[in-house]
Amino acid sequence: MSREKILAAVKFNQPAALPLPDMEVLNTLTDVRTDLVSKYKTIATAGGSFVYEVNSFDEIKTIINNEFKPGVKIISALDELSDYIYAETVKHEDGHNFADVELTVLRTQLGVAENGALWLTEKDMGSRVLPFIAQHLAVVIGKDNFVPTMAQAYQVIGAADYGYGAFISGPSKTADIEQSLVIGAHGPRSLSVFILS
Amino acid sequence: MSTTTTKDHPHLAADFNRDEPRVNWHDETLWWVRAKRDIAAHKLPEWELLRETASQIKFNVLSNLSTYLEQFEANATKNGIIVHWAADAAEHNQIVHSLLEQRGITKMVKSKSMLTEECHLNDYLKDHGIDVIDSDLGERIVQLANEPPSHIVLPCIHKKKEEIGDIFHEHLGSAKGESDPKILTETARQHLREVFLTRRAALTGVNFAVAETGEFVICTNEGNADMGAHLAEIHIASMGIEKLIPERKHLGVFLRLLTRSATGQPITTYSSHFSKPRDGSEIHIIIVDNGRSIQLGREEFRNSLKCIRCGACMNTCPVYRKSGGHSYHTAVAGPIGSILAPNLDMKKYADLPFASTLCGSCSNVCPVKIDIHDQLYKWRQVIVKEGYSPKAKTMAMKAMALTLASPALYRMGGKTGRLVFKYAPFAVNNKLNPWYNQREMPKAPDESFGEWYAKRKGAKNS
Ligand code: SF4
Repeated sequence: MSREKILAAVKFNQPAALPLPDMEVLNTLTDVRTDLVSKYKTIATAGGSFVYEVNSFDEIKTIINNEFKPGVKIISALDELSDYIYAETVKHEDGHNFADVELTVLRTQLGVAENGALWLTEKDMGSRVLPFIAQHLAVVIGKDNFVPTMAQAYQVIGAADYGYGAFISGPSKTADIEQSLVIGAHGPRSLSVFILS
Repeated sequence: MSTTTTKDHPHLAADFNRDEPRVNWHDETLWWVRAKRDIAAHKLPEWELLRETASQIKFNVLSNLSTYLEQFEANATKNGIIVHWAADAAEHNQIVHSLLEQRGITKMVKSKSMLTEECHLNDYLKDHGIDVIDSDLGERIVQLANEPPSHIVLPCIHKKKEEIGDIFHEHLGSAKGESDPKILTETARQHLREVFLTRRAALTGVNFAVAETGEFVICTNEGNADMGAHLAEIHIASMGIEKLIPERKHLGVFLRLLTRSATGQPITTYSSHFSKPRDGSEIHIIIVDNGRSIQLGREEFRNSLKCIRCGACMNTCPVYRKSGGHSYHTAVAGPIGSILAPNLDMKKYADLPFASTLCGSCSNVCPVKIDIHDQLYKWRQVIVKEGYSPKAKTMAMKAMALTLASPALYRMGGKTGRLVFKYAPFAVNNKLNPWYNQREMPKAPDESFGEWYAKRKGAKNS
């Protein structure tokens, strides 16, 4: 069996045990003067996201209604945004059914200021493919839900049990042709982030 | 699709160097990527601490690898993932094929995986009647061009947009002469969307596999790995044994380093954590050795297994930038590839450790602090000792060993060298020295540092 063969070879060849490093310094290295929302905003915008600071769900609705034509397929995972198809009710559908989704709206409790990333688990998504297959993605996050770096992000995630989770930091993009940045590779052509106060 | 070749690095580099404007463009593009990496790194005051931490985590991984592999297998299995083990490339390819065959699947979509390049999976599956489509844009381009990727992060960095336009015109029906990256990307988007929606199987690589949780992480900017995996009924993930990390929290270190080192972005657009298969689908992981356990036993070279495949060592390497990825005739090009390849076949890749100036720039940028240039130097010694020395180097090496061993000869050699440069450039710039075929040799300084220093000292003392 290859399993035994590989494990035996690895065991035989691996060097004497070395300790894991202390992570404490990285976990606590936090610039307390930084305003996380404004830092997030700067970095996410540079990465191609549209960031809106809003005070209510009505404001979010107005923006969505201005940006999207009436009648397009919008799926929302938020009960506060119930004018759209509710993700909970379609989450067991075959992913291929979402091929014509124009906009997916999700909510997260965790954003990272240093890199513009938003943490979303399968539970937040309804269906795993929804944040990828839609032409556009919008994510709602509370203004107090930001951490400075990935070190704190994983402290928040802790030992959470999820089937699937992803950090999403912007619209899908590529620079494979002569290093010129093109937004809208295979996933959403835009990411709108609503920071709710 | 991979080009088999008997040419070595100097000759392949010479081919690449025939088109000088292209070489300069390639060189400048990669240097620009390297510069973006510097800007990103300098923004983080804790950058060096991050590198050191990542390096120590990887040392710990290598020293406990058998335990972590078993732990990962147990946790992944508990999560409902099916784990396979492959001793070599052939076994890996057979496992993929049998998984597809059992389900009567003849078409598969694949996202970036350098391991499958190393295993020549596409060729194997093609021979067995399976159609594979690479979904990373750069990989799709080189696949249509019938070439291997020339860079692990930027697979078609060697191609001009006009050439890509021609390829897309021929294969994907874009307008003749169209070379706008936006329009070409949109063409690929439409074409690949149809592929994602019709493939029952998706294969992906793995960036990190977490022993503690049994989950694995894939990083992309395009979202192609996710589009493939979430729409397919079977997701096959291929990983080398060295992709393990101990705990989930360690992702926080590696995800901060990976993309900053690769392209200067603070993180990829998507960092996807696969822990359990979604309802009604399967996830299979193939854990591949293919020579890695041997490298682990080579004390001098085991550090190369710390590599997280960011590509920074290639972008910064003066030889890579001026010779192109294909000149390395192996799946992983550049400085790190030149350490990994001789482990697999010392004779075939004997030339690669010599494709370096040993300037050390690679080691300086490596996010996991691999002593890349030292290992290249050590490989040269091993290769010469084992008698695999590349022909062109043997004479020069013998002379050099003698010269370096004697300070008097060294000083004289320098003087002679400068005289040869000055009065007989053709003697150096000749066809015995293929690296210089398409370039003028630098102008030799009139005096050596030693001579200058002695003179200056004399002048000061008087
Ligand atoms: S050796 Fe270091 S710099 Fe080169 S690809 Fe690997 S991790 Fe990156």
